[in-house]
Order: sequence, then C-alpha cells, then structure tokens
Amino acid sequence: MLPIGLANSTKVIGNVVHSIKEYVMVVQLHDSVDRKKLEEVVEYFKGQIYQKPPLRSSVKRAIRVKTVYDIEILDQQGRYLLLRVLCDPGTYMRKLAHDMGLILGVGAHMRELRRTRTGPFKEDETMVTLQEVSEALYMWRNMGDERYLRKIILPVEVSTAHLPKIIVLDTAVDALAHGADLAAPGVAMLTKNVEAGKTVAIYTLKGELVALGKALKNSEEIAKMDKDVVVKTSRVIMPRNVYPKCWKAKKGLSG
Amino acid sequence: MNVLLQTKMAPYVTHLHKGVEIMGLREKGIAFLDKITTKAGYVNEWIIVRDAETSPDYGVLPYERPLSDLIKFGVINLDKPPGPTSHEVVAWIKKMFNVEKAGHGGTLEL
Repeated sequence: MLPIGLANSTKVIGNVVHSIKEYVMVVQLHDSVDRKKLEEVVEYFKGQIYQKPPLRSSVKRAIRVKTVYDIEILDQQGRYLLLRVLCDPGTYMRKLAHDMGLILGVGAHMRELRRTRTGPFKEDETMVTLQEVSEALYMWRNMGDERYLRKIILPVEVSTAHLPKIIVLDTAVDALAHGADLAAPGVAMLTKNVEAGKTVAIYTLKGELVALGKALKNSEEIAKMDKDVVVKTSRVIMPRNVYPKCWKAKKGLSG
Repeated sequence: MNVLLQTKMAPYVTHLHKGVEIMGLREKGIAFLDKITTKAGYVNEWIIVRDAETSPDYGVLPYERPLSDLIKFGVINLDKPPGPTSHEVVAWIKKMFNVEKAGHGGTLEL
C-alpha cells in the first residue's frame, strides 16, 4: 500500500516515512528446515537487530540498530515461507531474510515483498485501487455524486494521527499559519507523549491540522509554562487568514 | 448522521440544547482526533492545559470539509499496482485530480 497526499497534503505525507512499518514477505529457503528450528530463529530476530544498508541504497552505509517488534510465520510450504514483520522504519527486509538464512544455516533470500502498514495507514477498508479512484471521480464529475469520493479520500489529519499532539487555542492558529513558532500560552491541550526533540502535530480545537513542528520541551513542562517557545514550527498546512489574526508583526519587519 | 459521531463520548462535556444533549464543536474535534488515533493503533492521553472553546465562525471539522477542500487536504490509501513506479502512480493521481502537487509516503525499497 502507498499513502498518497493530494495538493497541500504533499507537505506532510513525507512524515510517515519515519513511522512504523509492517511487511508481508515470501522468503525462499535454500534447503528444507524443521518447523521448530524455524520458530526458534524467528524468535531470535525479534527485538533489536543490526543492519548495514545494501550497496544499492540511498543512505550512508553505517551499521544501524533497528527494532523488529514482531515476526509471525503466516505460512510455510516446502521451502517457501510467508512472514509478517512489524518493524522500525529503515529496516531492510531483504537483509533480514538473508540473515535468517545464515542463522538457519541453509541460506535464504526474499522472493516477494509487500508493505502492509506505513505508520497510521494499513491495508484496511480505507485502501483503494486506482480503478476505484477513477470510478469515484467519474461519479462526481459525470453524475454529480460526491459520496464515492468522500469514501476514498481521507482527511490529511489521518496522516499525522500516530504523532504526539498539541491542540492550540483559536487565537494561536493564524500566527502558526504564518510560520511562527508555538509559544506556551497558545497551548490548550496536549498528549502525554510530547517529547523534546521529537516531531509533534499541531491541531485546532476542531481537529484541523495546523502544522508539524519539533517540540522543545516535554509535555509535563509545557503544561506548566506560561511563556517561551515550546514548538519550532517546520511544516505549515493551515492556510493563512482562515482563523482570525491575533498577532502583531515584529518590530522592524514589514507587512 | 456521520458515523464518527455515533459513539457516545462519555468523558467529554456535552451541553443541553432545547433539552437534548449534544456534543459541542470542541468535543467533536477532539472525538475526531481520538477516533483517527485509535484507528492508527494508538491512544491519545490528553493533558488539558487551558480550557477553551472554538468558534463556529471560522475553520471546519475535518470530516465536514466541502469537497474541493477535501481534495486539497486529502490523502488516499492506495493499493498500488505492482507494475508502475510510485512516482508514475503519483503522476497519474495528479492528472486525475487535476492538482498541481501530490506526494507519496515512501517507496518500497527492495
């Protein structure tokens, strides 16, 4: 599955690249393996693993630690293995299959791979084919029926649903929409998992996504503050002038 | 009645309107965020810092956006066909919706 951001959502869809992933893959073992041994080795690969990116990759080839949250043997037929893997972003499934083969002693390689989860997006009833998209557009443009499009297009807020959240007062929204950082007095509510240095999603009290930013403090600290910047704004989604202007330009700046 | 509002949100403040309990705008907004967060596999543990309402005079609940805005601030969970690249598929989607920009959430690195 591939999450696609339309128009303004393009600005934030990239953030799911850094979120949890789930894959289903077909591994071909190079010899038959006892089921019990297989289960043992699968257990071994759960938790933290070391990986060095392959030659053909766009990242620096240093050894990295990744967490595999779960591996499930979905099916085994002869030398073919169907596995479900839940893991950190940037975990190479091809390398995992290869390394499993090494530990099993017989060798193995990945034959087929499908990503079944990207952060908040899963293979569920929200997943649609290009055909369905095309038909929904047809129903809208040719028959004036919006309902099909409304079923297939998700609000952009879904793409940041997995992140720690801060909800701001109406009075703080337009400044953020102009790219200002978020100061403590603008905070109405926040989730306990807001952590200094981590990305947060900022929303209005109506649930609209305003912006993404980097938190400068943890949630408990932010809750106690009454001044100073708490989030450094990085990507703005809310258009300007939708919420009322309750801010003043800094001295020395025009406009 | 929007499916998102059918669950009764017990901890949230509701108020009476002509003797009928209804959810305020803020409650609907937070309920929406909780709903999509649960769907994503997470839970929001909220700390309320400043008690505030939101005005109905501006902004809109995300699921009540008019269609043109739904598209402008929309995401599609696409079951990508195996042949074309992610880049090609995004280019098709751009043309189909007649939007200037579209982006994807990461290619599948084999």
